[in-house]
Parts: sequence; C-alpha cells; structure tokens
Amino acid sequence: MKLRGKVFKYGDNVDTDVIIPARYLNNPKPEALAQHCMEDIDKNFVKEVKKGDIIVAGKNFGSGSSREHAPLAIKAAGISCVIAESFARIFYRNAINIGLPILISKEASQNIENGAIVEIDLSTGLIIDLNANKEYKAEPYPEFLQEIIEAGGLIEKIKREVS
Amino acid sequence: MTIVEKILALHSNKSSLRPGELVNAKVDLILGNDVTAPVAIKEFRKIGISKVFDKDKVALVPDHFTPNKDIQSAENSLMMRNFAKEMEITNYFEVGRVGIEHCLLPEKGLVAPGEIIIGADSHTCTYGALNAFATGVGSTDIAAAMATGYLWFRVPETIKIIYTGKLREWVSGKDLILYTIGQIGVDGALYKSIEFMGDTIKNLSIDSRMTMANMAIEAGAKCGLFDYDEKTEEYLKNRVTRNYVPVTSDSDAVYEKILKFDVSNLEPQVAFPHLPENTRAVQEAKNIKIDQAVIGSCTNGRMEDLRIAAKLLKGHKVHPDVRCIIFPGTQEIYKNALKEGLIEIFIDAGAAVSTPTCGPCLGGHMGVLAKGERAVSTTNRNFVGRMGHPESEVYLVNPAVATASAIVGYIVHPEEVLK
Ligand code: SF4
Repeated sequence: MKLRGKVFKYGDNVDTDVIIPARYLNNPKPEALAQHCMEDIDKNFVKEVKKGDIIVAGKNFGSGSSREHAPLAIKAAGISCVIAESFARIFYRNAINIGLPILISKEASQNIENGAIVEIDLSTGLIIDLNANKEYKAEPYPEFLQEIIEAGGLIEKIKREVS
Repeated sequence: MTIVEKILALHSNKSSLRPGELVNAKVDLILGNDVTAPVAIKEFRKIGISKVFDKDKVALVPDHFTPNKDIQSAENSLMMRNFAKEMEITNYFEVGRVGIEHCLLPEKGLVAPGEIIIGADSHTCTYGALNAFATGVGSTDIAAAMATGYLWFRVPETIKIIYTGKLREWVSGKDLILYTIGQIGVDGALYKSIEFMGDTIKNLSIDSRMTMANMAIEAGAKCGLFDYDEKTEEYLKNRVTRNYVPVTSDSDAVYEKILKFDVSNLEPQVAFPHLPENTRAVQEAKNIKIDQAVIGSCTNGRMEDLRIAAKLLKGHKVHPDVRCIIFPGTQEIYKNALKEGLIEIFIDAGAAVSTPTCGPCLGGHMGVLAKGERAVSTTNRNFVGRMGHPESEVYLVNPAVATASAIVGYIVHPEEVLK
C-alpha cells in the first residue's frame, strides 16, 4: 500500500497523555478523540491535519498509559502512518492491533523535516522524502505481526481463527 | 533462563525461549477498567462469540472516573457493568467494593507467583512484585484474550538491577525506582524485563516492592519482577488458595545488562516536571511552593504509605495554602486506616480523604489542577497536563516528602518536620 502526506514533526517521548489527554477519555468515539489529538503540545495539529498526513517523531513515541485511545485518535485524525526512532511497547502493540501503520527508522526520524511531503510504500518499508529527495528504509515487521497486519488487525485475525 | 523467559515458556508449552522470539501464551487473568474495557467490549463483540473464555479469569474494575464524574463516564461504567452481568464475570467490583485496580487485585488474591496477568492498563506491571509476569496491553489485546485465553508476546531481554546497602530513614521503594529511572531514563528498559535483586530488595516490604514494579513502565519496561521469598509467602497467605509455583532465574540466565546501585546514601528523590527521569535529591528542590499534595494511587496508596503520612501529620496541620488529598487504594486499606486511627489524624490535620479512585492521578476528577498550579504527588507520572491544565506541574515524590511538603507548603525533606 502506498501512502503520501505532509509531515508533522515531533521530538522524543511524545506520551499518550499529550496524544490524547485523560480529560477527553470519557468519550471513546474515535471522531471525538480526534478533535483533541495532540492539543497539549500542538494546538494547530487538529486544524491543519489532512487525511493521509504523516507523523514523524523521535524516540519512545507513545510512552505512558496503555490507552488505545491514543492510536485511535491519531488514526481518526487522518494520519496514515507514524514514523519514529522507537515506539513505547504498548503503543506499538495497539497500533498493530488496530491497524495504524507505524514504521521504525532512526534516519528518517532524524532527517525528515516538519512540513515535508513524504511517500511511503508499506509493503517494502520504503520512505521517500520528496522535499529533500532522500530515501530511507524502515525495519521490516516480524512474520507473526505481518499476519496480524494483513488480516486487518488482531480482531479480524481471531475472527478467522474462531470461525 | 530468566524469570520472564521461564514464565512465558511454561505458558506456551516451550522447553526454552530466547529474547526476541514471539509466542502465543496462555493468560491467567485479564484486567480491564472503566476507560479501557468499553473499547475492549466493542472489539470483543466484533469477534462474534457469546461468552468470554473463562468467567473467573476476567477482572473488571471501574476505578478511573468513579464514582462517576459525569454522564459520559457513567455510560461507560454502565456498559461495563452490563457486560459483566451478561458474561457472569466473577471478578467485577462495584463502587463501594472497588479499589484502584493494582491495589485491589493482589489484595483479592487474584495474582499469584508464576502466573501471567495482562491488563488494559499500563501499570499492570505492579504484580511483578508478587513474582508474576504482568504487563500492560491495549483494549484490543484484552478483547482477543477474553475470547481465546491467549495473547501474543515478544520475549523480552532482561536487565538485572542489584541494589545494595541499608536505606536511610524516609527513603523507600519509591525513591529506589525514581532513582533508577533517573539513571537509565524513561526508555532505559524499553521492551525489556527488569529483575529487581540484591540485599536492599530482600529487606523491602511487599508494599514498597509493588511501588517499584508499578513504575517499571516509567522506564519503558514490559515488566518488573521480584523473587519469591518469605515476605511474598506471608502476603499471599490467606489471600491465594490455589496452587502456584514460584519462579527464579537460573544461575546461567543470560542478561542484557546487569546494573549495580549502592543505595546506602540515597536521599529521598523528586522527579521534576515533565518526565519521571528528571530526578534529583530532595535537597536540590529549593523554594518550590506547592498548591496541592496528593497521597495515594496504585503507586503509593497502601498501608505503609498511609502510615508514613499519618506519622508526619500527627500533631501538625496542612499548610493553609495547600490542598492535601489522600486516597487509600482500596476499601480494605481505607478500613484498616480507619481502625488504626490514621483517618482521624488526616482529618484533624485538614486533609481531604477520598473513597478509593484514580481521581486526580490522571487529572480525571477529585483534585484537578488549574493553570500555573503545582502539585507534589506520590503518583507515577508527571507528564504535561497529567493532573490538569497543560501549564500545571507535578513533582513525583514518596509519601513522606509529599506529606512533609503539605505541612510546610514547599517541597522539603521530611526531617524538616520530624527531626
Ligand atoms: S492510580 Fe493512576 S496510574 Fe494507577 S491505575 Fe489509576 S490512573 Fe492509572
């Protein structure tokens, strides 16, 4: 699958409390969550984000609480993929389980700039920065996780197994 | 093998496992709360089966926005309550019987050594204190596990941390873990298992061990594990009646790293905003005036913590400019505190005592901060906006420092109050 969008760039340790503050967790509908996504660190995110856009961040993205509301909010806001140097482990699982594409690439995370237009080929992990004309390769997923992704998330996979 | 490798192997019918392998393991208990269970229930419905895999192995705990703070949170609780009834879930705890999940489940005997416990809550790692492999996962994960009784795990690398030396007065498990996070960083143990070992740990109470295991996630860890010993046995007596098998690391277990900390001179720690790794000795926190002091949560809402708070508050008053809010972790803890006379001390000192709830810990209700306000707190996170307004601040400390600061109005060493 090919993705293309504008980059919103953030630093290290973007935690789930800023991705979606707890004060909004009382309404778990993805569209409601999306309206407050990132607002504590970036007031303009919700105003500016367009379907297909991409988040590029540093280390330990999604640290903190286990709230699945965080990847749900990002996905519902229109983000097509998150690229980071590393992800917090529960966020990583959640993103895979709900079908939000995430890629690990230290080089892409360090070099791609805010506002850049980036193209991603999810099947190969190729990331192309169209502004800087540079290519990066993300780490491939282990086979086991590839199966979850291909099924369209963990629930779809289990549905096939139990039926 | 290390503790986590052994527990995962036993639960996935493997004779041995190595870090990096992915396994499908059988789980012994699945936890959800009023924030994460509603999302899980929706996912569970999509699978199209009518019953959870085992009604005794699911625990549903409405503790975050309860007693419900608004209509929306009441709807979420209602959805969870109805699901619990429909599925005949044994371990559903209604308001009045509920406690903060990570204080409640061990107390109710739902956690035993060698078991695998997953929870849609990041601080599920608390149960590592009882020699169980316990880890936080997402809502979809628990939906899948409620259906099948299994979940996928990546076998983590293990870091062993050895603590030596006798702790000074007013220094507790909270300071050991804050100091450790300060040393290794908030991603210092990302995806990894930590084994907390050494003579300091052997002398540490179960309450303090739970505080440490609770914050393993604040270093990015998947779990924080302790050995089983007489203290664990004593704690589990009269709580857990089923058979369990404690697990220890083999003498030839392979560790990614072994760290050694001599903690005999460790001072009470303060984690400055906005990361738990911003730790300094309390003496370095100068002239930090506070508006609120929060004592409680799944990190420090147990008897040991309340006893320390009472020891300092006895005969003292909370500073006129400070709101001191005390949250016992469970109804049992609340009742014991009442019996020991601690609650009376708190009220005489001018502190607010709350029914068990997550409340202010996540900026939910019962003590949310205004713009520019500052709190000392015995909780586990001081992220931007964690306890309220994005421009408020949270300083993480142990219960002694929180209480002493509540009395003085500034962050202080407890010695300043009780010499
Ligand atoms: S007390 Fe705080 S950290 Fe613990 S479970 Fe509740 S919200 Fe989470």
